[in-house]
Amino acid sequence: MKIPLSYTFRSLWTRKLTTLMTVTGVALVVFVFAAVLMLAYGLEKTLVDTGYDDNVICTRKASQGELSSQIDRDAINQIKTYPEIKLSKEGKPLASAEMYTVINLHKIGSGDMSNVVVRGVAPEAFELRPNITMKEGRMFALGTNQIIVGTNINQRFDGTQIGESIEFAGDHWQIVGVMDAAGTGFDSEIWGDAERILSAFNRSNAYSSMTFRLNNKEDFEKLRDRVAKEPRYNYVELKRERVFYREQSEAMSMFITILGTVITVIFSIGAMIGAMITMYSSVANRTIEVGTLRALGFKRRNILSAFLIEAMMITFIGAGVGLALASTLQFFAISTMNFTSFSELSFGFALSPSIILNCIIFAIVMGLFGGFLPSIRAARMNIVNALRAS
Amino acid sequence: MNNSSTIVSVQNISKSYWREKLEIPVLSNISFDIPDGEFLSLMGPSGSGKTTLLNLIAGIDRPTSGTITVSGNNITSLNETSLAKWRSNNVGFVFQFYNLLPVLTAYENVELPLLLTKLSKKEKKEHVQFALETVGLADRMDHSPKQLSGGQQQRVAIARAIVTDPTLLVADEPTGDLDKHSAEEIMILLERLNSELKKTIIMVTHDPRAAEKAHTTKHLDKGELS
Ligand SMILES: Nc1ncnc2c1ncn2[C@@H]1O[C@H](COP(=O)(O)OP(=O)(O)OP(=O)(O)O)[C@@H](O)[C@H]1O
Ligand SMILES: [Mg+2]
Repeated sequence: MKIPLSYTFRSLWTRKLTTLMTVTGVALVVFVFAAVLMLAYGLEKTLVDTGYDDNVICTRKASQGELSSQIDRDAINQIKTYPEIKLSKEGKPLASAEMYTVINLHKIGSGDMSNVVVRGVAPEAFELRPNITMKEGRMFALGTNQIIVGTNINQRFDGTQIGESIEFAGDHWQIVGVMDAAGTGFDSEIWGDAERILSAFNRSNAYSSMTFRLNNKEDFEKLRDRVAKEPRYNYVELKRERVFYREQSEAMSMFITILGTVITVIFSIGAMIGAMITMYSSVANRTIEVGTLRALGFKRRNILSAFLIEAMMITFIGAGVGLALASTLQFFAISTMNFTSFSELSFGFALSPSIILNCIIFAIVMGLFGGFLPSIRAARMNIVNALRAS
Repeated sequence: MNNSSTIVSVQNISKSYWREKLEIPVLSNISFDIPDGEFLSLMGPSGSGKTTLLNLIAGIDRPTSGTITVSGNNITSLNETSLAKWRSNNVGFVFQFYNLLPVLTAYENVELPLLLTKLSKKEKKEHVQFALETVGLADRMDHSPKQLSGGQQQRVAIARAIVTDPTLLVADEPTGDLDKHSAEEIMILLERLNSELKKTIIMVTHDPRAAEKAHTTKHLDKGELS
């Protein structure tokens, strides 16, 4: 690279307005691209963080999620006796057989109805998921209609403050606490006593799932195969909790990524054409400069790379601006349908180093494509003709 | 052509341009030698081919036929890359409209040809400073072209032309855009470069007062030299 970067940079600076407009175009595209990646990543993170490595979740084979899964009390009791399951502080199996269903609540403000997950849990549920803490109020008491709500529910739905009560399964349920699940999917759930909720829904023998902790995570495959060979309950499928939640997020994050990529590609064509027009006019305005540089002994490829670098500098700055804008999205929460439970799930935009890298590469590629033809034109100029231009 | 004092030898040069399929002959069968250390002025009516001839000698254009030898090198046989390298080492360019890069300072403009050399940073600095001192603008090296008068800009351009210490300076109407006083200064400077630094100068000009300063004047008319 013989032609100094300062020449390129100052040439951009002297055309502040066109440079700024092109940078803005690129920044918008990078912003959209980054937002999409951040959204998909945020969703994945919310759902994947919901799971633990040494936790195992049992659901009915071929069920799409916990909502359509049913496991008999018998099977639950049998599996609970497996010695690979860790013991709780009380010396009981660290396992929570749970009931999972959705109810309707009114949103604060709009008053629209939305689905919300109700999860009946065993007392062990909290030891199984140590990132869940009580934020306000207290734990529900076993055998009662007391419930606690996740932070997102508490903030978004009517009647979910401590002391208030909501109605479902033909009964009133009193809110006694707010739990903080550290941004995981549980923040969008309502928890109560599993046995009480099962009987309220008249499902006394049919749990939805069971989650338990392994003594040793390497035991998972052994245990899974053992359950699969048991004729009385081989309809139960064991999955590592992390894998389970990742699978839950896959469809949605794929949808976001594909839709977002399509939008980004369309936008990026616009931005590339913008960069191309800017670079064509930049080349046209500097015909004599190019002729002079060539006369002084600079080669065609020096000219080519100077203009390519100029185009990439524009898109690189655009990437910086777009990423800076996108990073502010981290302060917004998005709530969407969880496709597998059709319930409301809150999650945020999350930035990662790989998203930053992707955006920068994407921007530089836009610069390369947008700058390519104009740079070729500059490099192909005939010296004498370029010097005669005025 | 073994005359050791000949620096440029032009032999049977013809040059035509083509517009669509129409041939426009500009130079026809021109031959002449320029001795080393010459200060030559080329005059002639507009459109007579002065710039074209200068461009051919400076190696930024190619003749339709004929050969040009500079310091023993047949430059008409060089490929584009070698020719570019040859120019950067052997030719200094002075243009009518100075052709400084507007975004670079005077210093950076003068340094430009040195970016193609392998000189160290320190050597480059010394060369640039020497060139700017020679044209009397060492105190203006941080100015941008816009902050300089036409005459000063042309002096910066001359500093750029001599910074690589080429043997040949080509100047196409170097005073064409200047007032009488600035033109006078530029001519005195060119004279000094010729007498003190022993540069061979080929200058195209319309200005008889500028031509007076040259040792020799050649006239080009209708593609022929006299
Ligand atoms: N690149 C080109 N393509 C086509 N025609 C050209 C080109 N360069 C020069 N010519 C033609 O060649 C002729 C000589 O041009 P040239 O620029 O050498 O003249 P000149 O003597 O320098 O004129 P002036 O005094 O006006 O600068 C002109 O008729 C010009 O139109
Ligand atoms: Mg001319």
